[in-house]
Amino acid sequence: MTGEPRPVVAAGADPREADARRREAGVDAGHVDARYQDPRVIRATLRSARTVAVVGLSPDPLRPSNFIGFYLQRHGYRIVPVNPREQEILGEASYPSLGAIPFPVDVVDVFRRPEAVPEIARDAVAIGAKTLWLQFGVVSPEGARIAEAGGLAVVMDRCMKIEHARHLGRMHWLGFNTGVITARRRRTLD
Amino acid sequence: MSETEPSRGQEKHERDPASPGRASPTSPERGTRRSRGLGEGDEGTRTYGFDTRAIHAGQRPDPYTGARAVPIFQTTSYVFEDPASAAAYFNLQEYGNTYSRIMNPTTAVFEERVASLEGGAGAVAFASGLAAQAAALFTMLTPGDHVVASSALYGGTVTQLKHLARKLSLELTFVDPDDLGAWRGALRANTKLLYGETIGNPGGNVLDIAAVAEIAHGHGAPLMVDSTFATPYLCRPIEHGADIVVHSATKFIGGHGTSIGGVVVEAGTFDWSNGRFPVVAEPSPAYHGLAFHETFGMYGYLMKLRAESLRDLGAALSPFNAFLFLLGLETLPLRMARHVENALGVARFLEAHPAVASVRYPGLASSPYRDLVARYLPRGAGSIFVFDLGGGRAAGERFIEALGLWSHLANVGDAKSLVIHPASTTHRQLSDEELAAASVGPGSIRLSVGLETLEDLLDDLARGLAAAQEVTS
Repeated sequence: MTGEPRPVVAAGADPREADARRREAGVDAGHVDARYQDPRVIRATLRSARTVAVVGLSPDPLRPSNFIGFYLQRHGYRIVPVNPREQEILGEASYPSLGAIPFPVDVVDVFRRPEAVPEIARDAVAIGAKTLWLQFGVVSPEGARIAEAGGLAVVMDRCMKIEHARHLGRMHWLGFNTGVITARRRRTLD
Repeated sequence: MSETEPSRGQEKHERDPASPGRASPTSPERGTRRSRGLGEGDEGTRTYGFDTRAIHAGQRPDPYTGARAVPIFQTTSYVFEDPASAAAYFNLQEYGNTYSRIMNPTTAVFEERVASLEGGAGAVAFASGLAAQAAALFTMLTPGDHVVASSALYGGTVTQLKHLARKLSLELTFVDPDDLGAWRGALRANTKLLYGETIGNPGGNVLDIAAVAEIAHGHGAPLMVDSTFATPYLCRPIEHGADIVVHSATKFIGGHGTSIGGVVVEAGTFDWSNGRFPVVAEPSPAYHGLAFHETFGMYGYLMKLRAESLRDLGAALSPFNAFLFLLGLETLPLRMARHVENALGVARFLEAHPAVASVRYPGLASSPYRDLVARYLPRGAGSIFVFDLGGGRAAGERFIEALGLWSHLANVGDAKSLVIHPASTTHRQLSDEELAAASVGPGSIRLSVGLETLEDLLDDLARGLAAAQEVTS
């Protein structure tokens, strides 16, 4: 590993980038429609999904999208890279577009600029995905409307790794504020 | 760490595809197992009240035993499932336990609970309040950076800041915390932090948090606030614009004078990538090139505070102390309400007593901080304050000697009522000028009003004041 600064190439978890994208989209930080951040939708998606197409997945193991892909793989999801510049990422064949994936996809997780989202949303509808998930800073009301009209659930401006770790994983082991309050005993040991 | 650090989990997977730590891409088995983590209730959808969070936040009943109390995980280390999992934990690609100097499941409950009560993104606990402060600074500052701090800080903090500044080549300016123009005027091109206390120790200055935060943010710097005297029950600085909140948990959070500890809470909203904090934003040579802010977003500073600063400075909180602090937090709302009630009773009694020259309790109607208290401390101005005896130093000593119920010691925020003479103890290292700047006089007495029967506290104080009057008459 080198200590060289690397350019920002994809939407990730950087709040500055996220805020800039929100401004571009005409959406103030913290004003994404609450229905796109509903914990019940998020939990249902995380529980039921098996296959996650990651649009804009980077092969660089230090990029946020790669961190998230790696994490989701560890937690049993099949990751499908969508990146026209790569053959294989995280041990999985990379596809140039959603339409090129020859099997069903449950979640389309987007690491692209907001203006790319409407087209991705149309593709997600076309391939019969169940959820369109837009990462931190990927705010696209138009893309969300397209996906919803096509019958998809939509999660926006939320990180799939963090939400998994918050609701089903171990984020609470590192002192982060998960917002989860529960007196229920977990049925599993993890 | 680099020599023993496991290789990246991803590479490990490629070499060892049969690793049990890696779920088969085509098998839904692990996902199915994990998908039943939480129940089907409202978890995560309701905004729970402060008192509920003081009791529940951070803890999920232990899945292994069902234990309702928070278990004390008195362990140094944790068995890894397999090498790939170990690699993922060390690479921070997965949230996992590695070593109790960096994280511990009991301590984590305490951290999340404090973060929840303060309204922050998360928290990191330390072995003391001063260790927490030092680590918070260590994470964001580099040699040559400038810090502007309130002059009315706890003496131990003043000493720490001056010592760190000398050792680490930081520049330091103390300003009158009540003078917003002084904060603004002290800013330099290299100012990286503004630092104050919600309620100054011991002078009782109440910080105009929103105004100082605005000055800080206008300069691209965060505002850090020591909120030990307020606790999140009385004031939540993050709601007013503060970026980092530090506590000595030793005080009201623990509440019973049993344990030393501290905690740093971060709001998660400061833009560490604004170009002024390469130490937080750029790839870290101390963590194999990881760019903390970009990779972990709003959790980046906290991740760096834990994975680098706590790792390197090593002042980890004992899990047993975390357990005691958790017991304290469960009753924090009840205790603080009573602390404030008793403090107001004591302050009013002293204000009316002829042996008392002045009472600097910000909760009194006569306080110059009345408006700031109304804004920032509507539930009360804490229970620690200073009053001045007309007789000066000799009267102060006689007063303390005559007390039978108030404990003479160097701590605050206990269920028991405490008393001290700052000029000869906590603020002893300060020069006369620094004492004056910290609003401490030779006859100043600091009280930490506890939870005893108010009439008993007043009776004992009356005895002390009578003794002090004998000296002066």
